Amino acid sequence: MNEFLKTIENNCRLTDRQLAMLLDKDEGDIREMIEKYEKDRVILGYKAIIDWDRTDRESVTALIEVKITPQRDRGFERVAEKICNYPEVESLYLMSGGFDLAVLIEGKTMKEVAYFVAMKLAPIEDVISTATHFVLRKYKDKGVFYGAEPVDERGQYIG
Amino acid sequence: MMDYESLIPAHIRDVKPSGIRKFFDLVGEKKDVISLTIGEPDFVTPWHIRVAGIESLEGGKTYYTANSGLVKLREEIAAYLARRFDAHYDPAKEVVVTVGGSEAIDIAFRALLSPGDEVIIPQPAFVCYEPLAKLAGGTPVIINTKAENLFRLTPEELRAAITPKTKMLVLPYPNNPTGAIMTREDLDAIAEVLKGTNILVMSDEIYAELTYGREHCSCAAVPGLAERTVLVSGFSKAFAMTGWRLGYLCAPAPLCRQMLKLHQYAIMCAPTTAQFAAIEAMKNGDDDVAMMREEYNRRRRFLTKGLREIGLPCFEPEGAFYVFPDVSGFGLTSEEFCSRLLEEYNVAIVPGSAFGACGEGFARISYAYSIEHIEKALECMESFVKTLRK
Repeated sequence: MNEFLKTIENNCRLTDRQLAMLLDKDEGDIREMIEKYEKDRVILGYKAIIDWDRTDRESVTALIEVKITPQRDRGFERVAEKICNYPEVESLYLMSGGFDLAVLIEGKTMKEVAYFVAMKLAPIEDVISTATHFVLRKYKDKGVFYGAEPVDERGQYIG
Repeated sequence: MMDYESLIPAHIRDVKPSGIRKFFDLVGEKKDVISLTIGEPDFVTPWHIRVAGIESLEGGKTYYTANSGLVKLREEIAAYLARRFDAHYDPAKEVVVTVGGSEAIDIAFRALLSPGDEVIIPQPAFVCYEPLAKLAGGTPVIINTKAENLFRLTPEELRAAITPKTKMLVLPYPNNPTGAIMTREDLDAIAEVLKGTNILVMSDEIYAELTYGREHCSCAAVPGLAERTVLVSGFSKAFAMTGWRLGYLCAPAPLCRQMLKLHQYAIMCAPTTAQFAAIEAMKNGDDDVAMMREEYNRRRRFLTKGLREIGLPCFEPEGAFYVFPDVSGFGLTSEEFCSRLLEEYNVAIVPGSAFGACGEGFARISYAYSIEHIEKALECMESFVKTLRK
């Protein structure tokens, strides 16, 4: 099971046929597994990793540290749910350490991100403070290196 | 004017260039070839292992080591062999760190063969055993293993090849180029044949970590073989460390002492940086090996199934990273098949005949490549096979 998930996590564009060949299963088994994992919300979605800097689309990513006051009985849940609802929010994690929530957001410009923080995030009730860090350059995302594709430099040798 | 030709000794001139070389030269002449010929991992050495090498350089560890290798590395090798394969060696007297498995093979032949000694070599096999055994004065005796026996060496074949002159048996399993393995039962049967003889076994277990479905059984763990085994292995295939050039041999102390003499005079010691990196590989590399093995296994299934679907029968390879399909069904020799595949469809695979006469009718396909690459090659092969069928 785990091998199936690891394989598809690495490349979700593999066809059912390819997955069947890689994992020594029937295509029917593969379809069943995918359906089940999707239904159980183990597989949540399929997305591409895109280097927007290589396109003409402007894009800026920021990591925002958020400190909040936890609520009686509900902890951080309510605030987290609220923040999740903004479409600008790419990822949201509850953190250990010096702050509570890490919000990863993507906007077109720094101004747009700043506006989001000032007008939407910071005013949320129970948010104590925010600290915004802009991403200057991405080197690696989800295990994938940015930049040129590595070249196969292996030499032809006798063996 | 120098007459270079007359200077070359006959036994050197007579060493035939490898069949693979000839094929690689053909590949080199063409552009945009989809090659499945390379016998080395497509992974980079795991980062923590590279770091250990880098840190050794930063720490100024640029000296020679002891001839037989760093004490710490030999201890780690012994611990690793015991942990992984139940093979037990004394790091002080029974382990020599070499420049790749290849050096280990060479010095084992040179230290242990006398002129006229027969060396039994089951083929298809890695191309170096025959020439190196000859250069060491030995007489190769070839056993042609068979597809119907899963390219394993059978006790009957071995018994028929043994003569009073037999000095050594080479056991190249897991096998390059066939992907065959020898199970514990197979090795027990070999031990039974060798019982009571003074015949040595050189067991080349460089692919020991790359078996699929069952764990590799080392000759050094089999009673009846262990005491006569020279174990050759290394870091190249399991840890993706080909370029570091690091291997080792393990053998009973009286043999090890003699092989060490050749190593110390010809080589001095294996590269120090590589030795420090290898300590890290032995101590903390198991997870990396497991990750790479899983990936190879996925590709193995993919390629085997793909080949069968396009009508190239292949037996289930259980080790290394090669598939060895039968390409004899088209009235072509394996060299003709591979040359035309290269000429007409730009896909390079190695004719099985490069690995011994009994490799005729087969081809070696490496799966040390990405799935996308393998799939592209399979598509071309399918078209090629279709045109051959017309």
